[in-house]
Amino acid sequence: MADLGARELRVSVVSADQEVWTGTASMVVARTVEGEIGILPGHQPMLSILAAGEVRITSEGASIRANAEDGFLSVDHDIVTIVARNAELVSS
Amino acid sequence: MGAQLRVYRQRIKSAQTTKKITRAMELISASRIQKAQARVQASNPYARAVTRAVSAVATYSNVDHILTTEKEIIERAAVVIFSSDRGLAGAFNTNVLRESERLAELLRSQGKEIVYYLVGRKSVGYFAFRRREAIRQWIGGTDSPEFATAQEIGEVLVEKFIQPASEGGVDEIHIVYNRFVSMLTQTPEVVRLLPLEVVEGVVEPGEHEALPLYEFEPDVEGVLDALLPVYIESRIFNAMLQSAVSKHAATQRAMKSASDNADKLITDFTRLANNARQSEITQQISEIVGGADALSGSKR
Repeated sequence: MADLGARELRVSVVSADQEVWTGTASMVVARTVEGEIGILPGHQPMLSILAAGEVRITSEGASIRANAEDGFLSVDHDIVTIVARNAELVSS
Repeated sequence: MGAQLRVYRQRIKSAQTTKKITRAMELISASRIQKAQARVQASNPYARAVTRAVSAVATYSNVDHILTTEKEIIERAAVVIFSSDRGLAGAFNTNVLRESERLAELLRSQGKEIVYYLVGRKSVGYFAFRRREAIRQWIGGTDSPEFATAQEIGEVLVEKFIQPASEGGVDEIHIVYNRFVSMLTQTPEVVRLLPLEVVEGVVEPGEHEALPLYEFEPDVEGVLDALLPVYIESRIFNAMLQSAVSKHAATQRAMKSASDNADKLITDFTRLANNARQSEITQQISEIVGGADALSGSKR
């Protein structure tokens, strides 16, 4: 846990019939049923239900946004998986 | 042309046209296998992610959920049969139906009542012919299954499972489908869908790492409530996709052997036709020679 700066999140966004996006990121912000949550490297493992809304992934300075609906978010050992029945990238 | 020869020529023609059709169907299903396999591949990340999440819950919490608890008395079991909409696929549908009969036999011997759910026109036809009842049936679209259908099936099944048996609910749900092993082998598979057994991927935490603090949001029950139906859906969707690939592979193989058989028929009949033609010519020659002999004999 010492060197947080060097660590990255491995993020994948998957929907029922395809992998929408996958890559490394420094931060993920998602909207869960309890409110917005931001995830940085070293986050404690968690599993939460997503509310309909936008997921923002900050990857190498660029920001990727995706609409996710009807799914959940899991974080485990810096692997972030956003799973939704319907998920698509929003082109900004 | 002699009658015999004409019959042979007709049969060659008919075998040739049949071959054209079966060859075309073989090529079509060959191209569909690729597409169907790509869809299985594409749905894998989702299935994996869902399975991992479910096993995380199973590993890090010990909450009993209605979908995972086995009922004490099992009165009624549901069998979901995944067949195809069209035939011409060799033993594809026969296999899955035979497997489900075997399963039904087993369940019946355990004193359970059986109710059926059917997917695909072929199983519906099989049941209609035997005048058997099925609770629900889904037809159409087995060639390229939609996730929405899997979702619908999942909802219906979960709802039935939650209902108490006295009100027409079921206590156990099994699915029977063809699993794609390779282009040459597709095996019928029986899986108990509910109550859930999460076996794959449940990792016991190692010695050095005590149970990591796992955070569930809003809480474990809430997560399970949302997660388990999703897991069931993804299992059903996977079964549908596997069944679709298997169907295409089975069709391709059946059509290939049909084309080969047509080829063999054509060769055989060509031989016979040649034989008939030759014997016709031989007969004509001997008639001419005989006639000429008779004529020259009478002149003398």
